[in-house]
Amino acid sequence: MGIGAKLEHMVKGPVWDCRMCGTCVLHSTGMTCPMTCPKTLRNGPCGGVRENGHCEVKPEMMCVWTKAYGRTQTLPLPKVWREEYNDLRPPLDNQLRGTSSWSNLFSGRDRRVPAGWQAAEVEG
Amino acid sequence: MSRLRSLLEAGEQVFTAEFPVIDGANMDKVARAADRLRPWFDAVNATDNPAANAHASNVAVAIAMKMHGLDPILQVVCRDKNRLAIQADLSGAALHGIVNVAMLTGDDVTAGDEPETRRVFDVDGPIAVRIARTLRNGTYLSGRKINPAPDFFIGAVENPGAPPLEYRVQRVGKKIEAGAQFLQLQICYHPDRLERFVAGVLAAGHSIPIIPTIVLVKGARPLQFMHDKVPGIDIPQGTIDRVANAADPAEAAYQMVLEQAQFALSLPGVRGLHVTDFRNDDTLGRLMTDLGRTPRQ
Repeated sequence: MGIGAKLEHMVKGPVWDCRMCGTCVLHSTGMTCPMTCPKTLRNGPCGGVRENGHCEVKPEMMCVWTKAYGRTQTLPLPKVWREEYNDLRPPLDNQLRGTSSWSNLFSGRDRRVPAGWQAAEVEG
Repeated sequence: MSRLRSLLEAGEQVFTAEFPVIDGANMDKVARAADRLRPWFDAVNATDNPAANAHASNVAVAIAMKMHGLDPILQVVCRDKNRLAIQADLSGAALHGIVNVAMLTGDDVTAGDEPETRRVFDVDGPIAVRIARTLRNGTYLSGRKINPAPDFFIGAVENPGAPPLEYRVQRVGKKIEAGAQFLQLQICYHPDRLERFVAGVLAAGHSIPIIPTIVLVKGARPLQFMHDKVPGIDIPQGTIDRVANAADPAEAAYQMVLEQAQFALSLPGVRGLHVTDFRNDDTLGRLMTDLGRTPRQ
């Protein structure tokens, strides 16, 4: 892990339980890290959410995506961030795991998607 | 074009069913199940390790179903396969002329009999839907060309009864954006939730055909089991008690399912029904007859 990534993890680890996916979307998920979902879903919540809003896999834990939904409604976040909750997030680039998402945001590397994905988005 | 797609595009009602799981070299069971379902159903789902238990693969079963005169809907779940394997399933199915696909996130490995398994979830349901559209668009995710491009009819699944209820309609919008062309629903024992969900999808301006699920059960025990053991399924105690305390619980369970089916079909936007049969008795034919279906020859 580089210095940037270490620094990022020092900040985001204790606060958000950051898993260093390298493609941070916290702003669009009510500041709730989707990588803490046991299924690591980028487009949750799945259909297994329990009646009390808890997780299918870990019944003692609130569903990460239900929590994220609640927070997008209640936290004082910019409107544009709230609206991104339902965005279709592309498949995670696993090559970015362990790298600094700040650096990837700055370079635009975190917005690179597979060529086929992009084409299907445009042409449908 | 598949039977499912042509019926939906013609505005007809469609009935789909869940194909039983197959284990090992059991083509006789495939033949028997196909004979049972063929007269009543327009298309049948080939499941993908349902409830996280290993069975004959989705693609192999879908091919066998097609050989036996059914129109298969290939289910693909994200639990056991990364994006390469999902694309291989889709491409392999296309090779055999299988074009209906239903792309799901899938339940967790802890639901099954090998909970020690490593879960995959490299992608999720909405991404899997877009992967199917990517292939239909003539390439793999990488951009590498597929010629001819598979003419998939792409389905998604949603749970209208699981929290956060107010978000589920938006999630359908996301799946449509990803490429979903039809929507099968998970079983929902709260009619008010189903009604609100379907009305919400319509109100959001989506014209996607909605196909709710009903589950044929023999009595109160399987209802209690689903309520207790299947995350995402909640059954009001009153519903379970009504069956449990009836003079004839099997008949009461049948009447409950019939009511559910009639209610679902009465909702604007609902274009058919998906039937999961846990009874394996003559009530399947009875249900279809009571719903006004006539068997196809």
